Amino acid sequence: MSKVDRIIDHYSARVYKNRKLHIIEKTDDNHEIAANTRTIPGIMTNRGCCYAGCKGVVIGPIKDVAVITHGPIGCGFYSWGTRRNKARGDENTKNFVEYCLSTDMQEPDIVFGGEKKLRQAIKEVVEIFNPDAIMICSTCPVGLIGDDIHAVAAEAEKLYGRKVIAFSCEGYKGVSQSGGHHIANNGLIRHIIGTEERAPTKYSINMLGEYNIGGDAWEIERILKRIGYDLVANIPGDASIHDIAKAHIAHLNLVQCHRSINYVADMLKDKFGTSWLKVNFIGVSATIKSLRDMARFFDDPELYARTEQVIAEELAAIQEDMEYYKSKLKGKTAALFVGGSRSHHYQKLLKDFGMETIMAGYEFAHRDDYEGREVLPFIKEDADSKNIESIKVEKDERYRLYLTEEQYERLRKEIPLDYYAGMIREMEKGTIIVDDLNHYETEEMLKVLKPDIFFSGIKDKYIAQKAGTLSRQLHSYDYSGPYAGFNGAINFGRDVTMGITTPAWGLVKAPWKTQPILKGQLQEVV
Amino acid sequence: MLNLTPKEITERSALRINPAKTCQPVGAMYAALGVHRCMPHSHGSQGCCSYHRTYLTRHFKDPAIASSSSFTEGASVFGGGSNLKTAVKNIFDIYKPDIIAVHTTCLSETIGDDVGAFIQDMDIEDGKYVVHCHTPSYVGSHITGYGNMIAGFIKYLSKSTGKSNGRLNVIPGFVNPGDMRELKRILELMNINFIMLPDTSGVLDAPMLGSYVMYPPGGTTIENIEAMGDSPLTLALGELTCETPANELKRKCGVDYKCLPLPMGVEATDQFLMELSSFSGREIPYALEEERGQLMDILLDAYPYFHGRKVAIYGDPDTVLGITSLVLEMGMIPKYVITGTPGEAFTEKAEEMFARYEVTDCKAKASADLFELHQWIKNERVDLLIGGSHGKQIAKAEDIPIVRAGFPILDRYVHSYMPLVGYRGAIRLVELILNALMDRQDRDCADEDLEMVM
Ligand code: SF4
Ligand code: SF4
Repeated sequence: MSKVDRIIDHYSARVYKNRKLHIIEKTDDNHEIAANTRTIPGIMTNRGCCYAGCKGVVIGPIKDVAVITHGPIGCGFYSWGTRRNKARGDENTKNFVEYCLSTDMQEPDIVFGGEKKLRQAIKEVVEIFNPDAIMICSTCPVGLIGDDIHAVAAEAEKLYGRKVIAFSCEGYKGVSQSGGHHIANNGLIRHIIGTEERAPTKYSINMLGEYNIGGDAWEIERILKRIGYDLVANIPGDASIHDIAKAHIAHLNLVQCHRSINYVADMLKDKFGTSWLKVNFIGVSATIKSLRDMARFFDDPELYARTEQVIAEELAAIQEDMEYYKSKLKGKTAALFVGGSRSHHYQKLLKDFGMETIMAGYEFAHRDDYEGREVLPFIKEDADSKNIESIKVEKDERYRLYLTEEQYERLRKEIPLDYYAGMIREMEKGTIIVDDLNHYETEEMLKVLKPDIFFSGIKDKYIAQKAGTLSRQLHSYDYSGPYAGFNGAINFGRDVTMGITTPAWGLVKAPWKTQPILKGQLQEVV
Repeated sequence: MLNLTPKEITERSALRINPAKTCQPVGAMYAALGVHRCMPHSHGSQGCCSYHRTYLTRHFKDPAIASSSSFTEGASVFGGGSNLKTAVKNIFDIYKPDIIAVHTTCLSETIGDDVGAFIQDMDIEDGKYVVHCHTPSYVGSHITGYGNMIAGFIKYLSKSTGKSNGRLNVIPGFVNPGDMRELKRILELMNINFIMLPDTSGVLDAPMLGSYVMYPPGGTTIENIEAMGDSPLTLALGELTCETPANELKRKCGVDYKCLPLPMGVEATDQFLMELSSFSGREIPYALEEERGQLMDILLDAYPYFHGRKVAIYGDPDTVLGITSLVLEMGMIPKYVITGTPGEAFTEKAEEMFARYEVTDCKAKASADLFELHQWIKNERVDLLIGGSHGKQIAKAEDIPIVRAGFPILDRYVHSYMPLVGYRGAIRLVELILNALMDRQDRDCADEDLEMVM
């Protein structure tokens, strides 16, 4: 039986038929995988909802915006302080990341409508916090009872003279967090980017889809600054809305998490002409490649030199530690199951330590994240994806191209410009790729593939650990980090080594389970 | 930290800031995990289920299983009947529980899904069960959901045969597995034949033995839930949490019930033991008297370090009242006592305690939030905070020591294994309080004032 069949063999015929399309064993580079489709009811999925993708992922990290969750208390409460998108405020920048603001809807609000309460909540937010901007994210009941949050937002914007932006990201929309990313992306383009100005410098860039989990964005920013880049905005980790508003002035956008931010990247290209480059700052070799690709884009001798100099210095600083952790981790096998990009990104970092990826999967990615963007024209829309608005943007008067057409065509052959090749191509033959891995398959996968480490999230971490497999969270980094860039690689090596070598693993079996303690007495009797 | 929180308090009627409660389903899920071989099922979109599982897992550091009806927009318009049907079939097929406990979410409640009717229409194999309860998140809090789910089990399963089984039903409030374990130990010391529903010990504090089992040995059995209908008495521990299920059992099977406070601190534990004694007609054994005596010993030895100190307590209503009662017994001043869960009974009970111990200038409030608590503290400080993890922001902002007790505790380990109830639980809480206050004294004092002996 194939590895895949050993994992899903016990399903009923109907479930088997469905799941079979989501799990493949790699044989060549041209696999098709089913993705971004409904989870079967009753299957214990790790997926979250549209609200989680919009408020939790994309909107929440913007630090100086008061985000009001419009709905009953739960959704807002769960997304309060739990994702580790770090942010720092200062005298000029209010930091709302520490706060949870909700309309805490009660039964009468559901019965008679919640607009009145929302209006009042906005008023109170203005009075108490006087924020630069306000955003409203709706949860499941809001759409059903028909609250017009966009009308309330427009009215409040006039009344209070500041941006008030509404997001209809009810949890039932789409099939996962992914729909929420899209809705949030649309809002950023429609209402924020391009609304403030500043002059670009020689190397002005944006970083898109970097959430500053555990401080990743700060480590990346440190490296970029050393080389001399001018980071206009990191969107959205630790971002100020005023930086995002100026993002259109950059010459190049870097895309870290393709899944959650590719809509913004594409729309910036259509509207302002800015190209984007797929980067990966997870892993030493991946970071180096990304830096070199960036230098290639600007094609400036000074920048090439500075890039190489920084790479050399950074490498020298971490070399000894890298060697040490590599000696501990080399040859270990890993399975990865994370959101929509990390399962790919982290394979590079694992490789730096001589570790091998034997399974990787995404929770809510689309086919292009697996197979590469060339499949985009062939992805069929279904009822669920049609419900998420896709907007077409017009060329802005500030539209400009940094490269000539000729340069552009030449460069596209060398670096991933406006392109993502997906995860599958970079995986070895014989590895397993899974979409929307669920609880049952996790259990089976651990038995069949026996990875040394399972990198996943909190919901299945303890399942793996109870089964005797080290598990570390790649959403929250098990409350550690940063893992990005050069210094992050060392943190990661240290954490995984610690997980593997912690003495308790050797103590799990009680001695009386392996040694016959009654032996002595028996002999006496004989 | 929390730099945007102004000292000046303004009236709020719509905006909730930094809540001290969450939504009903997470309580329902927790209760369902306390039933043996039960799969909690969230009837709504999968985001809620994901959030709730995540939250419970973060608190217990153990797997919290649950499935979802995974609504999409279509189901939200046409109703979730077919999603539930498919879900139940798949769950029995794949995860093989004995019972599925369905709770609703704001979504299925708002569209008005008749879950009871859906279940009635299902073909369920003999020996397998599907039960449900309603948990609209726009009513009450996770505490309400906990009570509702227990009531749901009773409604479907408990039976009265007309013949008493002589057993005592115990419904513990929303407490940790460590507390449930401690309650069982006390009941065993009292030699009482009891049924406890729910019982998450052995489930959410399951040991690491080298293999994962989906349904660990813990949890109340279906058989026992059925038998609850034949018990002569139910003790509902936590008046504001457990009355709904106790009342349901009375309605359905005529079982009398008594609501007691959570047995936290001296007097509430005394009251619990005296109820047990009067139920069983047995004396309270020396072993428990000994524990009580140890607690008294500690209180009388260590009072200089906590007497008169002001404390702010926040969290779930019965837990907060229990802690309030203990700190009053210690001679501390429960300056601020809040819960996010609505219900004026909380405030009344807290104020009764204030009056009984003649403490003045203390404030109690239900439906409050941590933002308001912080503002109160900015206006008049306290020496200590007691509650869940979210208070750590205030603790840091105002440089006040904090003792973690209650739910949710996302940022510490071991707490879920340890009790706060009973005399032993009180001893533990007193130790935590003492350590927090005394560590602070050591940290803050001048070198020449550092005491080697305290
Ligand atoms: S939608 Fe409702 S049930 Fe779901 S997490 Fe939010 S408040 Fe809770
Ligand atoms: S990096 Fe992963 S977890 Fe973060 S937003 Fe992207 S897909 Fe989600």
